[in-house]
Amino acid sequence: MQNQAEINRLKDVVQQLLDEAKHQGASAAEAAFSVDNGLSVSARLGEVETVEYHCDQGIGVTVYFGQKKGSASTNDVSPDSLKETIKAACSIARYASEDEYAGLPDPERLATEFPDLDLNHPWNIDAEQGIALAIECENAGRAYDKAISNSEGASVNSHQGTRVFGNSLGFLQGYQSSRHSLSCSVLAGNGGGMHRDYWYSVARNAANMESAQLVGQKAAQRAVARLGARSLSTRQCPVLFAPEMASGLIGALLGAISGGSLYRKASFLLDALDTQIMPDFVRIHEQPLLKGALGSASYDAEGVATQARDIVNDGILRSYVLSTYSARKLGLQTTGNAGGVHNLTVETGENDFAAMLKQLGTGLLVTELMGQGINRVTGDYSRGASGFWVENGAIQYPVQEITIAGNLKTMLRNIVAIGNDVDLRGNIRVGSILLEQMAIAGE
Amino acid sequence: MPLLLDQVKQSILVANGLQPQEIDQVMDTLLSAPLDAADIYFQSSHFESWSLEGGIVKEGSHSIEHGAGVRVVSGDKTGFAYSDRIELPILLEAANNVKAIVRQGQQARHKIETPKSWTRLYQPFNPLKSLDDQEKIDLLKRVDAETRKLDSRIEEVMVSLVAAYDNVLVANQDGSLAADIRPLVRLNVSVIMVENGRREQGSMGGGARSDYSYFLENDRALEYGREAVRQAQVNLQAEDAPAGNMTVVLGPGWPGILLHEAIGHGLEGDFNRKGTSAFSGRIGERVASDLCTVVDDGTLPGRRGSLSIDDEGTPTENTVLIENGILRGYMQDKLNARLMGVKPTGNGRRESYAHLPMPRMTNTYMLPGISDPEEIIRSVKKGLYARNFGGGQVDITSGKFVFSTSEAYLIEDGKITRPVKGATLIGNGPDVLTKVSMVGNDMQLDSGVGTCGKDGQSVPVGVGQPTLKIDGLTVGGTNV
Repeated sequence: MQNQAEINRLKDVVQQLLDEAKHQGASAAEAAFSVDNGLSVSARLGEVETVEYHCDQGIGVTVYFGQKKGSASTNDVSPDSLKETIKAACSIARYASEDEYAGLPDPERLATEFPDLDLNHPWNIDAEQGIALAIECENAGRAYDKAISNSEGASVNSHQGTRVFGNSLGFLQGYQSSRHSLSCSVLAGNGGGMHRDYWYSVARNAANMESAQLVGQKAAQRAVARLGARSLSTRQCPVLFAPEMASGLIGALLGAISGGSLYRKASFLLDALDTQIMPDFVRIHEQPLLKGALGSASYDAEGVATQARDIVNDGILRSYVLSTYSARKLGLQTTGNAGGVHNLTVETGENDFAAMLKQLGTGLLVTELMGQGINRVTGDYSRGASGFWVENGAIQYPVQEITIAGNLKTMLRNIVAIGNDVDLRGNIRVGSILLEQMAIAGE
Repeated sequence: MPLLLDQVKQSILVANGLQPQEIDQVMDTLLSAPLDAADIYFQSSHFESWSLEGGIVKEGSHSIEHGAGVRVVSGDKTGFAYSDRIELPILLEAANNVKAIVRQGQQARHKIETPKSWTRLYQPFNPLKSLDDQEKIDLLKRVDAETRKLDSRIEEVMVSLVAAYDNVLVANQDGSLAADIRPLVRLNVSVIMVENGRREQGSMGGGARSDYSYFLENDRALEYGREAVRQAQVNLQAEDAPAGNMTVVLGPGWPGILLHEAIGHGLEGDFNRKGTSAFSGRIGERVASDLCTVVDDGTLPGRRGSLSIDDEGTPTENTVLIENGILRGYMQDKLNARLMGVKPTGNGRRESYAHLPMPRMTNTYMLPGISDPEEIIRSVKKGLYARNFGGGQVDITSGKFVFSTSEAYLIEDGKITRPVKGATLIGNGPDVLTKVSMVGNDMQLDSGVGTCGKDGQSVPVGVGQPTLKIDGLTVGGTNV
């Protein structure tokens, strides 16, 4: 469902921006205009806590004077402000250095097909209904177990927006999309043994979200499972990343094969194209045109057509993740990834989560990671962790206040298995990942 | 002060066609409901960034944003709406929407005394205009050229320069108006060095609530380049970090991120009112060794984390959090202070008009002790000396926190010996400071680079500390 009149209203503004850029002397330009409206409500201890009405809009322009580039943005879309914004971008471009790689995409790369990706499902929910749903969700969490001692509340968010992008090559496209979520965070235990955990569900269509009951219960289940957590002694052991954590691992890989890291030589996977970086059973691919998915798009942030393609197959790195600029710097072609990837999918094995635990045997199941301890240049990895100690495939007790460490190059090669328990809540779709061994530091 | 108020009224209200007296109309709409507090936050910000890499200034961007946020509070309930259009009909509609939350409210209106004056901690100038564009480019190029001269192993130098000029006006329910003009600048240098196929990075930056001249004073910008190179040189020699529990000596300055993560967040008023912090209900109890006194001080002139007034119009304070090891106080915004029956401490901050304020840190640091830093190192038989850190994170409920070293060394027999690779350190907030056995006399504040995230909102902050010895912290290296 797309409101063409609203898209056309934004298109007119983007066209004015492009015309104005030309008028002010730019040799090329691109512009985007986005509008987003939303409602967030939260409830805590059975009563409404906040009601927030969101209403955001913004325009962004990039202008080129030959090989010189400047950008500007504003949230004021009055005609005077549009002119001023172009002027600011032009002024920057005049001072910027010549960059032989700068410029709009090659015209033949621009998307020409715009299938309906089923991304727009406005949720007709008002504050009262949102509050009722949040209270239902939190109640389900608080009632789940006697050990639930407190709550940070539950929240319901609903956003719907329109985004139009155009450039001076004649590309001018727009679409509407929606995003709704439900989340709950509760506490178990008291005093020094207090633990908090949360759960959330997110979807383009509110009907596809998990029920308020389920979200509340999962949050509570996770918080209660942490009770009695202790540290581990320092050791080496196999580590199973729960799906929510596995996506971070794939995210680190993604960072290392992204054009920006590569041309800056700030990656532990330099010159790794066409080499084995993971075991031969691993396939990672992009599925940009999945209907209704959170990461779907037919064109990227530059208007370039997205591609359904393999990034890794047979464990071999087949493609980098590139925008026009980074591709030109590397002497390659853009992969339609300006602004990021679209439904990056890691093919799963046969194992469900229980089978993955069994395969882990004795080791650490990681369900939470803390901190930013990843060095993209060297691949060195060291992060705070909590989760569960597992013996013979059965969870023994919760653990906390430990770190896990290794080097991403070895970690990626030492993947033993990938589960089919895929987390679909993000732009990276991956199940749990089992690593042969990592260093655990603890008490 | 009146001059500044007039200037801000002009730049935010009049420039958008809103007459200052029309604020009263919006406030009257809000106050027709039985509520505890209401405010309207007007903001206009200008931001620019310039970046250099590969020896050329290839990118710059500029942005202008303005808008207003309308908030009502009744008990612990908050209604909030914002708009990027500062126009009377839009603000009236927002006011009508948000006051719905207090329909069933019974609270009487609270009389809040709004301070009439405060100390101005920075000059109300626009840093974007403190150099012309050519001078900004020249500064970046000079930093690049001078940094590259320092070591032949340098492969890439990246320099970024950003400035923000923020005008805010807070209208409170008692009819008072508080205004602030907040400049903020930052410059960052990072280098990548290569030797025998090994690749390492180093980075250093700094900033202040000042203008670009800050980076020219004492050649600060060039000093950041030298420091980035020095760190990369050290990292080229680094060996695998040790794993396990050991004595850790933290260097002065930025390692104060320990305080920010381990205890700072846990002492924010909202978590303590709700009882979700590991520090809840512990005022008056011992949470640190008696060598430790920690404050949150928003009143330091020109510092990145400082504010003349917070985002609710409350002047910032120097709040004692821990005094000689005893927990003394929490950081408060108005809502949580009222519900807890204490005074606001000037810690009510928000990322922008489009976000709700909440208790946030300003500059959080530990006061100096008496030990000579060299004596502290000498006292350690085997341990880790962590001189620089990247970021950190905390779970305020369990108290577990992490922060990651970016420059660290082994201490062997009282001497700093070999550099080790970056590793995450993990500990428990409520007891880490009880293990502080020595506090140096070399208190330093960080160079002005901190950004703190909470509930998706980012705000600039500062940290600081003297050299500290902690008897037992888990170091997450690979060398088991």
